[in-house]
Amino acid sequence: MNSIQKNRFKDQLFKFWGIACTLFGLVLLTIFIGDILIDGILRIDWAFITDLPSRKAEKSGIYTALMGSIWILVLTTIIAFPIGVAAGVYLEEYGKKNKLSALLEINISNLAGVPSIIYGLLGLEVFVRIMGLGASVLAGALTLSLLILPIIIVATREAVKAVPKSIRDASYALGASKWQTIWNQVIPASGGGILTGVILALSRAVGETAPLIVVGALAYVPFAPSNPMEEFSVLPIQIFNWISRPQHGFIENAAAAIIILLLITFIMNGIAVYFRNKWQKKWK
Amino acid sequence: MEITMTKVKDKKSIDTNKAIAIASEEVAKIEIKDVKVWYDDFMAIKGIDMSIKPNTVTAFIGPSGCGKSTFLRLFNRMNDYVDGFKMEGKIKLNGKNIYKNKVNVEELRKQVGMVFQKPNPFPKSIFENVAYGLKIQGIKDKKFINERVEKALKQADLWEEVKDNLKKSALALSGGQQQRLCIARTLAVEPSIILMDEPTSALDPISTAKIEDLIFELKDKYTIIIVTHNMQQAGRISDYTAFFYIGELIEFDKTKTIFTNPEKQQTENYITGRFG
Repeated sequence: MNSIQKNRFKDQLFKFWGIACTLFGLVLLTIFIGDILIDGILRIDWAFITDLPSRKAEKSGIYTALMGSIWILVLTTIIAFPIGVAAGVYLEEYGKKNKLSALLEINISNLAGVPSIIYGLLGLEVFVRIMGLGASVLAGALTLSLLILPIIIVATREAVKAVPKSIRDASYALGASKWQTIWNQVIPASGGGILTGVILALSRAVGETAPLIVVGALAYVPFAPSNPMEEFSVLPIQIFNWISRPQHGFIENAAAAIIILLLITFIMNGIAVYFRNKWQKKWK
Repeated sequence: MEITMTKVKDKKSIDTNKAIAIASEEVAKIEIKDVKVWYDDFMAIKGIDMSIKPNTVTAFIGPSGCGKSTFLRLFNRMNDYVDGFKMEGKIKLNGKNIYKNKVNVEELRKQVGMVFQKPNPFPKSIFENVAYGLKIQGIKDKKFINERVEKALKQADLWEEVKDNLKKSALALSGGQQQRLCIARTLAVEPSIILMDEPTSALDPISTAKIEDLIFELKDKYTIIIVTHNMQQAGRISDYTAFFYIGELIEFDKTKTIFTNPEKQQTENYITGRFG
């Protein structure tokens, strides 16, 4: 075998290895989703979505948990989106590039990797106890905001960094101030990337369980929250609760709730992909 | 007279002063006095005196890394955002030092426009590109903006090609059209000085010729300073030429003189292509 053949062989080998690895993930995901669908799809009907929780599996619905998740999602968006984007833009555009900023950058990336239960403990101490918010939706949303802030900041910075310097130069050269340049050029140009990052971060927040359990989200709440100070449950906790029950009916309920939760995250990720493609087209 | 009385330290500055004396027969619009620039520890500009007259085209030539682009970007303070940038000396625009603390940089840049090496239109429509400079000034009068946009596009010799597609994305234009759009965008703000940093280096010969014609026409109303690597271009379009080498102004004179009878051997070597 000469060296060209050898290289070609290696090329092929790597290709098949790549295909095998891709399939591994896809096959597992298919099996998992298939299994869940078989268990739960028949359980889903309108009543399942609008019913309050009950001790009887067949009468139980996800209404309170779904509403709790929506509350959490909306509040977390309101809190984390402006703070995260502003922080990201600040660090990239205004922050001086020195050792302190390098340290900050590393730490923000590290924060994105901190186990979520740690954030739960922080939330419990700061929001629930010190700030006296109790086990409320607001405390939960604040905790999740902390959790996803690093993700939003990193995504924002990446998106802002990707805006070519030539565009900023052009804006400055026409007499635009720094803020005008950021608002009129940098943010619109990086909007797709920022939005994608935010949506992906939020879809992670929707699936979080551990920090909310620590903060005090309940497995059983009789009614959906009507204001940010009320107690709440969310879909993942509801699922966790049902799965730990012995009756088969609850397992079915859990599978059905998982389908709803997956649907929510898939839709959110889909929206993120849509925005990303739309913005990329604009740049070409 | 003030200029010729600046301290004479060595032979180099005598020569430089002589060059200035030639250039300052009339009222100078831009006066540069002992300008030095550092990027951190690296000294990019090593003390330059110069004065540039209104309604002329001045070409900056010299090998890559000689500091001519850095020097050009001093006039609209575009180096301000560069990390490690430090500057000494005075640059006076119509008698006012533009590096004084109180100077409003945004106002300065409305007066001193800039066209860059690579065409850099905003990812917006043709109209929005030209109107941007006006809109950021807070101008909302639509009729006024429309008129200015049309005027600027006509001045930049682009109007005929785009008048029916003003809403089209600027990124759909060809490279040459994009560069003329960038010129139109600069003209819309009505500056008095236009800085051009190798504006044709990314363009084909036909687009280059169009831009050169344009520069020739614009000379009546604007003072133009152009950095170029193209000797023929400098010879064709400029009234004055300044030759830079490693952060120093070696020679500055009428373009004709520089190209036919340069004073310094170094200049002659560069122009005839023997180095650089």
